[in-house]
Amino acid sequence: MAANTGILRRPLAPVGIWAWMTTVDHKRIAVLYGVTAFFFFLLGGMEALVMRVQLASAESTLVSAATFNAMFTMHGTTMVFMVVMPAGAAFFNFLVPLMIGARDVAFPRLNAFSYWLFLFGALFMNFSFFMNAFPDIGWFGYAPLTSNEFTISNATDYWVLGLLVMGVGTTAAGFNFVVTILNMRAPGMTLMRMPVFVWMTLIVAFLIIFAFPPLTIALAFLTFDRFFDTNFFVDIGAGSDPLLWQHLFWIFGHPEVYILILPAMGIVSDVLPTFTRKPLFGYSMIVFAGVVIAFLGFGVWAHHMFTTGLGPWANAAFSATTMAIAVPTGVKIFNWLATLYGGSITFKTPMLFALGFISMFMLGGLSGIMHAVTAVDSQQQDTYFIVAHFHYVLFGGAIFGINSGIYYWFPKITGKMLSEPLGKVHFWLMLIGFNLTFMPMHILGVIGMPRRIYTYAEDMGFEFLNQIVSAGAFIIALSVIIFIINVVRSVRQGEPAGDNPWEAATLEWSISSPPHHYNFAVVPTVRSQYPLWDENANVVLPPALPAHDEPVMPDPSYWPIVVAFSITMVAGGLIIWQGHAIAGLTVIASMGLLGMRAIYGWVLEPMEDEAHVSVHH
Amino acid sequence: MWAFLGSDVLFFGTLIATHLVYRGQSVSGPTENILDIPITSISTFVLLMSSLAMVLALSGLQRGKMGEARFWLAATALLGSVFIGFQMYEFAEFANEGLTPRTNLFGSTFLIMTGFHGTHVAIGILWLWSLFFATFNGKIHQGNSLEVEIAGLYWHFVDIVWIVIFGVVYLVGAYGAEEHVEEAGHAAAAIFGIG
Repeated sequence: MAANTGILRRPLAPVGIWAWMTTVDHKRIAVLYGVTAFFFFLLGGMEALVMRVQLASAESTLVSAATFNAMFTMHGTTMVFMVVMPAGAAFFNFLVPLMIGARDVAFPRLNAFSYWLFLFGALFMNFSFFMNAFPDIGWFGYAPLTSNEFTISNATDYWVLGLLVMGVGTTAAGFNFVVTILNMRAPGMTLMRMPVFVWMTLIVAFLIIFAFPPLTIALAFLTFDRFFDTNFFVDIGAGSDPLLWQHLFWIFGHPEVYILILPAMGIVSDVLPTFTRKPLFGYSMIVFAGVVIAFLGFGVWAHHMFTTGLGPWANAAFSATTMAIAVPTGVKIFNWLATLYGGSITFKTPMLFALGFISMFMLGGLSGIMHAVTAVDSQQQDTYFIVAHFHYVLFGGAIFGINSGIYYWFPKITGKMLSEPLGKVHFWLMLIGFNLTFMPMHILGVIGMPRRIYTYAEDMGFEFLNQIVSAGAFIIALSVIIFIINVVRSVRQGEPAGDNPWEAATLEWSISSPPHHYNFAVVPTVRSQYPLWDENANVVLPPALPAHDEPVMPDPSYWPIVVAFSITMVAGGLIIWQGHAIAGLTVIASMGLLGMRAIYGWVLEPMEDEAHVSVHH
Repeated sequence: MWAFLGSDVLFFGTLIATHLVYRGQSVSGPTENILDIPITSISTFVLLMSSLAMVLALSGLQRGKMGEARFWLAATALLGSVFIGFQMYEFAEFANEGLTPRTNLFGSTFLIMTGFHGTHVAIGILWLWSLFFATFNGKIHQGNSLEVEIAGLYWHFVDIVWIVIFGVVYLVGAYGAEEHVEEAGHAAAAIFGIG
């Protein structure tokens, strides 16, 4: 068997930069996702701080209107596509195989490919900053702002192509996790014994593979509009309609909201039992509520468009479905509360963030029900009330849930505990800063402050509340600094975690922290929902095997990163093509050929390298 | 693979839906009357026959008859190429008659929809030839016929999408149920505030 399908030697060393660039280990890919997401979290946070400094005083001239537009566009795009989604992907990657008793995901190289497409797509979009063409069209890029007429620079090109590249990677990840969860479960791990987090991952993966194609098509139409002068969204004189973009975008965009929030719901559903010392109340109800949310999530998109004149029938129908989706969400919240009731609660940091999630997310959910009423929404559309609402859902919800997950699984990932005192300071500062930032926005919205304005007159009465909001934003920034200190301190001198520091019940805690690269020496047999509570861990899992009996794992491969790179560079070639046709075509053609070559290299390359296999056999 | 196909349904669903919503809204240039039903019927038949060849290829492989498998794999790929040839001829004809993606909405939605479909067929052809050559060096054999089965799933799916496009876009477009479709299209457009 020809082990080597390329020119370069297959890098088999377990450490070093090459090992990380060619890794196919789901745990390493998870760390890559997590670190990258945190980097973009800082970047998106700084964009938010620029906006908050600008708005802290009336008629401020710190930044221009154009810069402000770029800031809110990239803040939104970054936080949605480069922070919360990859943070979710980090948890999926690390936890799903461990929780279902598998050694890796179904397609390890496809997994690496997804990560590199995400990274390159994100860098590609942010590269626009250095080309002095920062996207400034809002994170939902409404037509006709995106047309050649209104975006003369390449700004929108970077945005649309960057999203396309990232979307391909995300869709591939969706397939990967559907197949992993359906086909890779350990013996006895029936669907209804899976941890809720795995269930939510499965639902999110289905949402991704059904919600991203409409976005991909919308972006493809926009690409044709921008590069080849078609008229999908632009030229109303030619019969086209800019509303089509809004429909296509929100058919993706609303399921996207659940893609962002369901992982956090899964995290909380697994954190609560551990710190209340009792099983989750209504496990099957929570699972089915998640499924119902996913289905309904595809039928509510037009509630983002109540003020576009859809007419009473559409408004009434989408109003009703939007209210209906509150029901399964409420079911989950009541089940979480019932889990807390009568439990022996310990307030460790993961638990605090989980409680923060439940309370803050609920506030966001309640203002969401207000928008479901078309008449109310017409008043609130495009005001700060909306900004307050979705930050309670996506920050109070997703970010608090993700923080809960970080504190909970950090010991498993690194083998070190995070500091509890610093964690508690982090939590309380973040909770206070968060509410100072976003609570007053409700009032600002109701008294009439529109979103996305870069300044306001002094006599409008917005200044005092805006100052509180800006102060709150800096408290959040402070809490993030404390988190960074906590992580650095822990990695350097944190106390060892042991296998199961929280005395939790799910499979990932039955193995060492950090886990061996092959996860489970022997694939466990599962007999209940909470295997480590219901039976001794040693029964579930025999002790580790001697080194020469280690299972053979897929070896690293450099093809995924090469394919991802060539796809991104084809997008780059398209942009070059606008200015210099020959140079652009050269880049597109050469990168296309490289991509084809790499796909064949990938397909023909065996999972395990010859040299490596012979060591074991 | 089933998950991928499910996802691809949404992909083409969006394309076809956009085409239908924008139907009858082109203000200038040639539209559906440009479609050549007899020629496209032939190419549709060719594509359908390629699905039959695909089934025979898989059946041959599963029974260990490598010669049969190779013959039918090549036949599938060749029939697919003939279909692509028809499509290129069609696009060239349209360009001659003044219909490009820039001409009007019909041009944009129709050519990009069928273009994406043609790209799917082209990828399938590459895939089939790869499998064809892999039968010679032993990488594809009776034991891993699943590899061919998966390619077959993809091929049949692309075929089915074409049947939908041929029915909904070509036949309905050229012959009629004109007023009904238009009515339905306008009703849908009215509900969603487009048009």
